[in-house]
Amino acid sequence: MTTTPAADTVTTAAALALGDDALVLSHRLGEWAGHAPVLEEEVALANIALDLLGQARVLLSMAGDEDELAFLREERAFRNLQLVEQPNGDFAHTIARQLYFSVYQHLLYDRLAAGDGPFAPLAGKAVKEAAYHRDHAEQWTLRLGDGTDESHARMQRAVDALWRFTGEMFQPVEGIDGIDWPGLESAWREAVEDVLGRATLTVPDGPRSGAWKAGAGRQGLHTEPFGRMLAEMQHLHRSHPGATW
Amino acid sequence: MATAAARDTAGSPTAYDAPAGPGDTDAFQRAFDAAVAAEERIEPRDWMPDAYRATLVRQIAQHAHSEIIGMQPEANWITRAPSLRRKAILMAKVQDEAGHGLYLYSAAETLGVSREELLDKLHAGRQKYSSIFNYPTLTWADVGAIGWLVDGAAITNQVPLCRCSYGPYARAMVRICKEESFHQRQGYELLLALSKGTPEQHAMAQDAVDRWWWPSLMMFGPPDDASQHSAQSMAWKIKRHSNDELRQRFVDICVPQAESLGLTLPDPDLKWNEERGHHDFGAIDWSEFWDVLKGNGPCNDQRLSRRRTAHEEGAWVREAAAAHAAKHSNDTTGATRA
Repeated sequence: MTTTPAADTVTTAAALALGDDALVLSHRLGEWAGHAPVLEEEVALANIALDLLGQARVLLSMAGDEDELAFLREERAFRNLQLVEQPNGDFAHTIARQLYFSVYQHLLYDRLAAGDGPFAPLAGKAVKEAAYHRDHAEQWTLRLGDGTDESHARMQRAVDALWRFTGEMFQPVEGIDGIDWPGLESAWREAVEDVLGRATLTVPDGPRSGAWKAGAGRQGLHTEPFGRMLAEMQHLHRSHPGATW
Repeated sequence: MATAAARDTAGSPTAYDAPAGPGDTDAFQRAFDAAVAAEERIEPRDWMPDAYRATLVRQIAQHAHSEIIGMQPEANWITRAPSLRRKAILMAKVQDEAGHGLYLYSAAETLGVSREELLDKLHAGRQKYSSIFNYPTLTWADVGAIGWLVDGAAITNQVPLCRCSYGPYARAMVRICKEESFHQRQGYELLLALSKGTPEQHAMAQDAVDRWWWPSLMMFGPPDDASQHSAQSMAWKIKRHSNDELRQRFVDICVPQAESLGLTLPDPDLKWNEERGHHDFGAIDWSEFWDVLKGNGPCNDQRLSRRRTAHEEGAWVREAAAAHAAKHSNDTTGATRA
């Protein structure tokens, strides 16, 4: 069929979407290094960041040269969800972001691992990592939601603030076949509502359409903090064109 | 062994058992001295002199604090690492340092002091960390120089600690040294890539080595004749070699490595001395060492204030975790799983 893009182009687009999610969230988690609230979390957050960076490297390498893609693309060429680029905020915001993303990634990779598409091998390994990330985020959601009055208020603010970035996750990604996206969304809602309920938190009821509209990050439309994040991430690499490190 | 038996028959005194009287203290002291002389390990529940315990707490705490403060200068470059491979290596390294902090605070806990107590002392400026971390990481090459020189100096200092007379510290050091030797090789490899890279990269590497060389030599502490704690620590077999001996060992290791790197060490007096079988090197500016130790280094205020801020900003998280655990202490499912 001449009207559809070549299979490898489609796979490349999907690899960028999944790879950019992992790359960007890994970077944000890396920003915590040296000032996490407790030493055990220095280890845990770095662990999650390293898992995600490992996934990003595999996925970006499916699409091209990992360093060229990470360091030489402009903001509009990144295909990650707006959720993962959101600044760390306080620890509650970091945990809420992780909860929303890791439940999504766990459910998605579980389905990809069960299929026979190009992402099955990566997903088979990454789904185990995502399960740990999800558990870590759930445990902290429970501790913070059902901890002190202050932690409850902070966690509620965080889940509310990031809620509007969650709709985008369920827009079908071109090149990822065989996923029942509405089914994925209801599984996600069920899991997240269960955790929030056990954490004595209220499920947010605001819109879930992102800063622009659902699917914006996947189309290269990002939020303002992302440009500054990329400026920092890419500066050194771009300052030495052609150098090897 | 006889000494172990002597300690056992003394009623397995624990760290918290005060001897019943002066006569007992003598017997405990003799058993302790004999155990140290016989190269046995002193364990947490063994009797030990108060001064031995205090020395270990001071040293282990300082070491633990150095690991967590030492995360800052390197974390400074995580978000700017120039390739994804280097970023992964650096994140893993900084994570290892947090892990070392955990082992070491745990080792200190076996001596009856909590992590919280030690952190409070660090934040109040009543306990120290290695002065090397009061220098800034100005370029990416500093990440390599820290790995090669700072971790290299740390390993030279720490390998003998794997035979330290206090068991928990010695065992923590075995693990730490294995990881540190990875870090040292990674730092060397990073500098090698820069040194063989573009002229700008080479210059960046040389500049970093120029700035980190002398502070690295100071990491071994003051010269033997000015070292406050050395003699007693040697007698207790906490310390095995003198500061100057370890410093010389480090210089001798670094000189050929610098040659292989294609970088120079910033010391015109550095040369092989056939007679001594060691490299001679120039005089260290000890006034700088004492000045940084007193708090006047380029980053003392920044490092400590960032640490305090992180601790204060994390207080509500730690309180929430404690409150949650208290609420759910009887749960068998739900939040307390995992």
